[in-house]
Amino acid sequence: MADEVVLLDFWPSMFGMRVRVALAEKGIKYESKEDDLWNKSDLLLKMNPVHKKIPVLIHNGKPVCESLIIVQYIDEVWNDKSPLLPSDPYHRAHAKFWADFVDQKVYGPARKLWAINGEEQEAAKKDFLEIYKTLERELGDKPYFGGEKFGLVDIALITFYSWFYVYETFGKFNMETECPKIIAWAKRCMQKESVAKSLPDQKKIYESVLDLRKIRGLE
Amino acid sequence: MAEELKVFRTWSSPFALRVVWALQLKGVPFETIYEDLSNKSSLLLQYNPIYKKVPVLVHNGKPLAESLVILEYIEETWKQTPLLPQDPFERATARFWARFGDDKVLPSIWNVFIKQGKEQEEAMVTAQGSLKYLEEELRGKKFFSGEKIGLVDLAFGWIANLVDVFEEVKGVTLIDHENHPLLLAWKQNFMDAPIIKESWPSRDKLITKYHAMLEAYTAKEAAAK
Repeated sequence: MADEVVLLDFWPSMFGMRVRVALAEKGIKYESKEDDLWNKSDLLLKMNPVHKKIPVLIHNGKPVCESLIIVQYIDEVWNDKSPLLPSDPYHRAHAKFWADFVDQKVYGPARKLWAINGEEQEAAKKDFLEIYKTLERELGDKPYFGGEKFGLVDIALITFYSWFYVYETFGKFNMETECPKIIAWAKRCMQKESVAKSLPDQKKIYESVLDLRKIRGLE
Repeated sequence: MAEELKVFRTWSSPFALRVVWALQLKGVPFETIYEDLSNKSSLLLQYNPIYKKVPVLVHNGKPLAESLVILEYIEETWKQTPLLPQDPFERATARFWARFGDDKVLPSIWNVFIKQGKEQEEAMVTAQGSLKYLEEELRGKKFFSGEKIGLVDLAFGWIANLVDVFEEVKGVTLIDHENHPLLLAWKQNFMDAPIIKESWPSRDKLITKYHAMLEAYTAKEAAAK
């Protein structure tokens, strides 16, 4: 039976991007359905009634939600090529720990860099850079977070790179100066076709954020 | 080489209890190290520099932190008494509920416990919304994982031993027979399960602890105003 794979997505979502990268890494053919987050589709509400959020992967009619859970699902089902996690249990756990760290720590401060103005934004900038410096220490001199191979942690983090122009512009800092190893790593990831074709252009994201800020009365 | 397995925990940490239960269910021997969180050991800080929290599992000198990560490591390393299903879709579903518990259920119930007034009311609405999903998820099942206790049950274990403590200390009702008959049945089945009940934290001690915590928190909030 041919696999039917549908991805409910939203083009600037760094969480949706993670699933795009994983699907591309595995060479999986799928149908992408763009959801409008201000007017959520019946399909989204049916497939993710608990969170009502994208991304949702619908595999042969069954929904999988939460981007990192989806990436692990993809790795387990399409396990014949391009493993996204190491085979050794300790290294797998290490990868899950850092992917979870990205999930817990990056989004909050990152969002505050552009979604609000004022004091809280300054505090968010400090947090954001501290978190990235922690990640930079974890990366060390490895080509990828997983070592020689691109994997789960790289997927979890690289998608935020498409938002870097937004963060740098509103946060008034330069990532290359602050975290040069992260930038080098990001550029290395962007060399991969699966990543390059899954991440929108940084300027496009910036323009959509300008619109969002206008709606929120921040411009 | 003899296995060396250590668990850093406190007597009451619900997150550490998940790890203890998982190892005991699988019959894996380990050494327990109790931490005083007001005076953390240098070992704990060395093994978990990122969060500086319990639980930490140290297996043959290699440390791991974050209870749900540790549970999956335990599952992959010791394959007896499986805690996760084999099917990838069912595994993804289990992971979804475990995360839902930590990301949504626990914070909202915690807020019902420590907040006052309007914030407490709003937290109660959120908490009831989350609990409704859990009640639905139990339909037709003895445990969240089916006939036997699994990862999701361990992840929700705090509901079985802490919620009625919060209810008593705060004087609220979170889980009741009318709205959550299945959740109450699950709680009883979970509490009565061998192994689980052998590591049950003392209810009296929990009441004392959370009473003190609520008083301290309330005083702090009043002082801040």
